[in-house]
Amino acid sequence: MNLIQVSNSDVYFRKNRVLHDITMHVDQGEIITIVGPNGSGKTTLLRAIIGAIKPSSGQISIKSGLQIGYVPQRLYVDETLPLTVRRFLCLPRPVSKGVIEIALNNAGAGGLALKQMTELSGGQFQRVLLARSLIGDPELLLLDEPTQGLDQTGSASFYKQIESVRKTLGCGVLMVSHDLHVVMASSDRVICLNGHICCQGAPGHVANAPEYQALFGSGTEGALALYQHEHTHSHDHEVKT
Amino acid sequence: MAIVAAPLGCFVVWRRMAYFGDAAAQASILGVALALAFSISIFIGVIVVSLTMALLVTGLSKQKYAMDTLLGVLAHCALAFGLVVASFLSGIRIDLMAYLFGDILSVGKNDLIVIWGGVAVVLGLMWWRRSPLLMTTLNPDLAHAAGFSPKREQLILTVALAIVVAVSIKVVGALLIVAFLIIPAATARSFANTPEQMMILATIFGGLSVVGGLQTSYSFDTPTGPSMVCLAAVFFVAVSLLKTARKRLS
Repeated sequence: MNLIQVSNSDVYFRKNRVLHDITMHVDQGEIITIVGPNGSGKTTLLRAIIGAIKPSSGQISIKSGLQIGYVPQRLYVDETLPLTVRRFLCLPRPVSKGVIEIALNNAGAGGLALKQMTELSGGQFQRVLLARSLIGDPELLLLDEPTQGLDQTGSASFYKQIESVRKTLGCGVLMVSHDLHVVMASSDRVICLNGHICCQGAPGHVANAPEYQALFGSGTEGALALYQHEHTHSHDHEVKT
Repeated sequence: MAIVAAPLGCFVVWRRMAYFGDAAAQASILGVALALAFSISIFIGVIVVSLTMALLVTGLSKQKYAMDTLLGVLAHCALAFGLVVASFLSGIRIDLMAYLFGDILSVGKNDLIVIWGGVAVVLGLMWWRRSPLLMTTLNPDLAHAAGFSPKREQLILTVALAIVVAVSIKVVGALLIVAFLIIPAATARSFANTPEQMMILATIFGGLSVVGGLQTSYSFDTPTGPSMVCLAAVFFVAVSLLKTARKRLS
């Protein structure tokens, strides 16, 4: 059953056509990774799905009553704003201490409830964002570059956490990755986006091969995979400035 | 009035809207002049001008001007126009001083009703919308995903600011109203762990400044509005010194 269906959608942002003729869908329980160079419209696609931007043509349909957990690309807590992790997790609705503990533990951020958001390390911050998205038992997680600023081992550890979350909650995951070639190994599908959809497919499973160890090191324990792009067309996948 | 200024002041600090507050305050002089010129209630004149300013700023901010330049241009324009309009009305000049610096003794019974009414409305609004406002401040997309409209929350904040400026102009005056928004909030920051704690502490500091300021102005015959702000500043300095001392000792 489709949780999200995007059909032939164009999305404009500040007078530029960022997305053109996008058609994709997310099924129950799927993990989908979206890759693409900077400026390719990955964040715009997510923002269109959560309703922050409306497509200028085409349609985006979401299963009614779908509970979504969203982790934005950027979240900056200013020094002037005192905010404990617990208070952050209670936005927008207050939840009980028990629910907070469970969400933090599921996200691998247990015990951080009383810390100030500004005191957290990069990895802890990302996990707290993940914990917040888990509250309310979401059917689908929308993660925008959740491993930015984390190194290979940190990314692998975070991906393992997402996998365990999927096992525990049975939710689907639509994740935007900042890396063009290295994706979460347990992705069901990878979509390459650059204003339009360039290619889709499954990541290559090379976890047991010695080549994998050589590339990623043993600390990542099979959580990362390589995605082989197969483009039927050619154009410059250059970084847009 | 201090009670309502405090939570709003916290949001002004968090969203770095101090310039906006100053702009609204300066523009309010234009509102006063126009209100006097057309013999309508000061309150209405100020509210209309503040809201117009807010809408103008929101509309123009989509173009290339930097926010503080824009606010500076609008604010000082409004102030200048206000003073010019006032000069055409003879006998108003002395009154204008009262609006710049506040004259608490000129506050009559009707004024008090308006002030309390405005206070109640803004306080209720702030507390009711505090979670959506917090989310919009942190990240507008987060607010979208939770089903809120960041534009609407921004509008609520702007309207609240306009109301507070209009309501407070007779008490503390246009020039000092922003001080009342910001200083108690900044003082409260050192002791607060959550946004709610900061809002409540700011209210306490604000209240103490008002009461103390009134007392000072009564005992030493100093102007009321500025005395209250001086006291708020004293609290701020004291708290900052305390914080530095604590850091040195630990």
